[in-house]
Amino acid sequence: MNRLNVELKFTAMLLAFAAAIPLTASAQQKLLPAQSEIAFVSKQFGVPVGGKFKKFDAELAFDPKKADAARVSFTVDLLSADIGNNETEAELKKPGWFNSAKVPQATFTSTSVKALGGGKFEFAGKLAIKGISQPVVVPVTLTQNSGVTKAVGSFTLKRLDFKIGDGEWNDVSIVANEVAVNVKLALTGIAPL
Amino acid sequence: MITASFAVGLYMVSLTMSPSRIKLYNWHKWAGMTILTLAALRLYWRLTHRAPSLSASMPRWQAFAAQATHIALYVLFFAVPLTGWMYSSAAGFPVVWFGLIPLPDLVGKDRELAELLKPFHWMTAYALASLVVLHILAVVKHLVMDDDNLLGRMLPSMNGEKS
Repeated sequence: MNRLNVELKFTAMLLAFAAAIPLTASAQQKLLPAQSEIAFVSKQFGVPVGGKFKKFDAELAFDPKKADAARVSFTVDLLSADIGNNETEAELKKPGWFNSAKVPQATFTSTSVKALGGGKFEFAGKLAIKGISQPVVVPVTLTQNSGVTKAVGSFTLKRLDFKIGDGEWNDVSIVANEVAVNVKLALTGIAPL
Repeated sequence: MITASFAVGLYMVSLTMSPSRIKLYNWHKWAGMTILTLAALRLYWRLTHRAPSLSASMPRWQAFAAQATHIALYVLFFAVPLTGWMYSSAAGFPVVWFGLIPLPDLVGKDRELAELLKPFHWMTAYALASLVVLHILAVVKHLVMDDDNLLGRMLPSMNGEKS
């Protein structure tokens, strides 16, 4: 435990120096999972079918005033996908879809963050699912209220870019290629906008 | 259309997940919504128009059975598509009629509720299928065994409609 703490602190210090962010700012930044949501909507034969991921986490080193230096990384537990329907969930775990038994996590790692003004930011980064990495740009709007920063963003990914729904499922007239991802996060420890 | 939907319904639930299964489920739902609409038009017609009276020579038990079957058929014309629509909503699959018209969800997405509703859909569907068979058998009986021109009531020239 102590060794872990020392290592964490050391890593945090390195990050802080690298990002030129005061140690206290980056060390306290946390995601509040209970108030956060990562949801997605895909279309089956024209029917919107939505789901949520129940388990995900983020590591942040983000100062709204120094967006250029921000670093954000996400991990999403693909096995935690909740579609509200056992059959579809079982299907989603299969190798043709998420292959989540083999590659259980999706990750997002920011490569550049741009401040657009008015609480709006653009997070560009790499999204990796099933071991396939693709660039994505996520527009995010931040609002702050009594110490909690709410970040809301959405983007659309093309499932076939990640080989999600491979083989017989690659017919996009049955399951559309576009999948909307809607992210709502509650964060603490973010410096004022 | 009811027969086709019933047959597709029986077949589709036997399939494992596949693109064609998704197609069949959606076609089944489109047919169901169409049946529901036609049932509403039919009920409206029936409520605004008197059904031609039954032959006075018909035994009372037969008249009663006919009446009861017809009422049950009307109830099931609505109950089967409505339970299906509710189940679909609860399972998290909104109905998009003909892939064009998104219909509102009758109930919220709820895993337990979906499991609860599912048997009601197939039970009402089996009941409807049984009554359709009974109805057709009765038609055949009147046509072949009785030869009583009962079906003549359905012809508009006799100022009647099928009841």
